[in-house]
This record gives sequence, structure tokens and C-alpha cells, in this order.
Amino acid sequence: MTKGSIVAGVLAPHPPHLVYAENPEQNEPRAECGWETLRWGYERLRKSLEQIEYDSMVVLSPHWQTYVGTHFLGVPSFKSLSVDPIFPNLFRFHYELTVDVPLAETMEAHAREAGLVTKMMRNPDFRVDYGTIVSCHLTRPEWDKPIVSISSHRATQYFSADVMQGHMLKLGRATREAIEASGKRVVLLASNSLSHRHFTSESEVPEDMSREHIYHHGQYLWDMKMIELMRQGRAREIVELIPDFTEQAVAETDSGALTWMLSALDFPEYPAEVHGYGTVIGTGNAIVEWPQARHGGAA
Amino acid sequence: MSDHPIVGGYLLPGLPHPLLAADQNAGWGRLRRAFEQVREDIRQSGADLILMYSTMWPSVIGHQIQADPEPVWTHVDELFHDLGAIPYHFKMDSDFAEQFHLACKNRGLATRTVSYKGFPIDTGSVVCLKLTNPDNFLPAVICSSNVYADRAETVVLGKAAVEALKQSGKKAVAVVVGTLSNRLHQTWIDPAEDHIHSLKDQEWNQKILAFLEAGRLEDVAQLSRQIHAEARVHKVVNFKSFWWLSAVMGAHNLYQGTVYGYEPVYGTGSAVIGLKRAAHAAQDLEFDEESPDVYRGDRNVLAPSLEARGEFDSQLQVGPALGEED
Repeated sequence: MTKGSIVAGVLAPHPPHLVYAENPEQNEPRAECGWETLRWGYERLRKSLEQIEYDSMVVLSPHWQTYVGTHFLGVPSFKSLSVDPIFPNLFRFHYELTVDVPLAETMEAHAREAGLVTKMMRNPDFRVDYGTIVSCHLTRPEWDKPIVSISSHRATQYFSADVMQGHMLKLGRATREAIEASGKRVVLLASNSLSHRHFTSESEVPEDMSREHIYHHGQYLWDMKMIELMRQGRAREIVELIPDFTEQAVAETDSGALTWMLSALDFPEYPAEVHGYGTVIGTGNAIVEWPQARHGGAA
Repeated sequence: MSDHPIVGGYLLPGLPHPLLAADQNAGWGRLRRAFEQVREDIRQSGADLILMYSTMWPSVIGHQIQADPEPVWTHVDELFHDLGAIPYHFKMDSDFAEQFHLACKNRGLATRTVSYKGFPIDTGSVVCLKLTNPDNFLPAVICSSNVYADRAETVVLGKAAVEALKQSGKKAVAVVVGTLSNRLHQTWIDPAEDHIHSLKDQEWNQKILAFLEAGRLEDVAQLSRQIHAEARVHKVVNFKSFWWLSAVMGAHNLYQGTVYGYEPVYGTGSAVIGLKRAAHAAQDLEFDEESPDVYRGDRNVLAPSLEARGEFDSQLQVGPALGEED
């Protein structure tokens, strides 16, 4: 069997606002506009990924929160309605997706062998979390690629960001090994925002962009620091800074998604491509691609 | 007889094991029977609705209030999905949900009602309603827990609920959905071997149980920050549920407490507790809400109540009562 590879890694945040503003037919609410810089960023990402052949997308979502171990979707297909529990006014999305169960099982086995606590999710009535759906839809709205969804084990909350880092570095390595063993070409999605302090009120017209800005300047500075490191190809430094970033910017890196992906990519030293940055209800969001295939497909 | 619109208060745990796996662990079975006792209590209470505050429903845009008159779904827990699915068809008091929302708004809170087909009602609310109100004997209203809210916001939320009840002329039982200690085991366990995650959690749980059994709701509310630091995983900014419950029921210790059950559920301290209004404080160890006139030394409020009871009896007046001088 050909050795599998990770062809790209993407920081692919999941604000439901972006789907809302795109007005896809699957989403019930309708918008006038909004968050264009981020939506155009996703457009650039999609164009870039069109140049790459791949079989599956693997996403680690902060909104599938598991307090015991790391879970993997293990049912071949799902069809249901996803209603965002925080923004139900914006996101009521009818989804239909397929899961690459063999790849998920391989990943679960590798993670378990690496000493992590794991579980396959086999319940057909399970509702796929909206983080997974938003990131996958914005990356590949055709929904023609099977996905693997990995839960966010909440080690940051239970122990500390340092413990989370230890788990996610291990999970990243296990993911890479599983993909290589699978013979498949895979795109990884880290479905998280950067700084993650929200406003606690919403404007009457949610897409009123005169109200949209970062929650505070300190968070913006942190976001720019992290993005600059991405642009410079300094992935190891990013990972080293994640505990401080998580604490000081209330960053959604607490989920482990970014650490997992950079570990799976084996800490790329080439510059990442920043497709867009913008805020959503005060949080900082960047769409960033590590085009691994164009840099030798090392993983 | 009190004309307060809250006729009883409960703390109910929200993990799905008592509903879906009561036969797998004796303690989970006992918790299920404790829920059934609460079901009977609620039926006899004279309440018109069940008013729930769920610590398992986080929100960001202020607080959200469930207002779908008949939410229907088949729910699966995101963590314990292997226990099975929970089909539900509930009845909500939509009119009261709107009144509650307005009362919140008038008090400066950001709240909104949610009424959308397929809205994901949290596991805790689903479990507690299935076990205490399986036939929709009473309509319910569920309120979220805002992840950023701290004490002031939570207390005002409780006061707004009371105000809305008074305006509506309705009586309610108040239910907090949540555990005492909330730390889960970090590995898969044999259900028969479930236990509280740590001795520290167990000791704190027993302390809280002793307080509540003695009717000391406000004392627990005032210890919330310490409980959060000592016995809670810090998923949110603070342990807020007893602020809400004391604001809804009345911020004092004049209650009769009943511990219907207390068991480990996957490591957490899961207790079924009821509070009813009493004529006199069962104990006299109010933490710091009084305005004393004479200093009598530090109160060791963490000590067993009976030991300190005679020593610090604030009912004992050493001089004329306020307003009676001259």
C-alpha cells in the first residue's frame, strides 16, 4: 500500500456567523452580508485546496467536548439538523455527511496504542457538533469528501494547558502515523478561533459590521503575535506559547486543536499562508493553511 | 403560610446514568429512586410549573430561556453516547418564559427566549425532566447558565424569576441541574466500581450536604467561591447555581433540607436534595449576611453546626432590638 500523507493542515475556525452570512441552502436563517474578510479568506482557502488531491478531511472540534478521553465519529453517515446552542438565531443547518470510519478506527487504534484514553462513537442518533459542521462546510461546501471528527478532550479544564499540550502532541503523532498507515491523502482542520472572549450582547442585526471588533486590544496583540509566527514558519514556538496564549487571550487553543494539528504536521518550518483574519462577536479568527503537499508532503 | 411563589427547591444531578444505566450500579439505581421521590414531592407541591437553571446549558449572549412549547427530539449525550439515546417530548410554559425574559430585561440583563425546532436541550435538563416529570404533569421553563456571568448577574437572574412569577400569579418549584463536585474519572471504569473522584471532593460534598440538610442555603451560596476553588473543575468562572437558588428561594437559612440521595456518578458528587421553607432556621451559623451589633469572635462556619450552635446564637439579643431604643 502507498504510504498515506497529510497534504494540508488548516486553521479553520467555526463561527456559525460565517455560514449564516453565506446563505447556503442548508441553513434556515437568511443574512444580508457580514464578516466578508473571513468569508473571502475561506474562499481563498477553497481555491488553494482545489489544487490538491485528497481523500478525506479530519477535523478536531472544540464543540465536541469530552471530559473522559478522546472520541472519534464511528458511524458511516449522518443526516440531521444542527442548531447552534449559543446562536440558534443564526445557525439551523440541515446536514448530511459521510464518515471515513476505517480511517477513524485506525486513528483511534494508534491513539490508544500511544497511551491515550479513547472511544469510538457508534450511536446512530448522535448529533454531530456544529464546530465540525461549520469548519467542514466552509472548507468544502460540496460535502463530497468523507470526514473524521475528533472530540476535544478537556484536559485544559481538568488539569492545565500544559497537560492538554502533552495529550495533543501525542494525539498529533498518532494521527500522522494512522494516516501514513491508511495510504490516504488527508486534509487536517483545526477548528478553533484564536482569542476567544465574546461580547455578551448581540446587535439587533447580527451582521451589522459597525458593531464588530476585537473584544480588547490585548487579544488583538496576541492574535497578531501568533499569526506572525505562523507566517514565519515557527510552529514549535507557537506550540510553546500556546499555554500562555490560552490563558492570557482566553484563546480557543484550550481545545487542543491547533497543538494537535501542528504536531501531526511535525511542526512545519515553512511559512504558513494566511488567507484571512477577522473578528466574530469579539473573538479573533484566522484562516491559515500549511500547504504540506507543496512543501514536500513531509508528513 | 408563605406567599412566596417558590414552593420548593431542588438540586438534581444531570448525568444520564440514573436514567439510562440505573441497573449497572447500585448507587445509580438509588439515585433514580431519589428522583422518583422528588417526582412525587413536585406533584404534591401545588406548583404550576418547574423552573430550571441548568449548569449544563452554557450560554454566551446573556442567558437563554427555553420557550418552545413542545420541544421534541432524540437526544444523545456527547460524552456518554454509548449509554443510548433519550427520546423526549416536553411541554414548556412559553408564556412564563416570555414574562421571565421581560423581567430580566427590565433589570438590565441580556436574555432571550429560544424556540427553534431541534434546539439542543442539554443532557442535564433532559435527564431531570424525564425522571421528575415524565408525563409532563407540569410545564417547565429552562434557563441557561451564562459562562461569563458571576454573582451579581446570577442573583439578578434569580430575582427576575421571582418577580415574573409574582406578576404571573403562578407558583413554581425551582430546580438547579448540577452536581456538587464535578470531577469525572479520567479513564473508563467498571460501573460497579464507581466512587467519588477524590477524598477532597468527597469531604467537600459531605460538608455541602450537611449544610443543605440543615437548611443552610444562604450559607452554601456564600461559600460558592470557595467550593468552586476546592471541589469544582473550572469550566466556568464560578460555582453559580446556589447564588441563583438562594436568590429565587430567598437568601437566608430558613429551610428544611432533605437529602434524597447522594452517590458517585462517574466520579462526580451527584446529589438529589430538596429544600422547603421552614418557620425557623434549623441552625444558626449564617456565614456573613447578618449585620451584627456585638462582635462575638470568629464563627467557625466550616465546623459541624451543632458544635458551634450554642456559642454563636444570633437570636439572642444583648440589648434592645434596633428601632426600640428610647
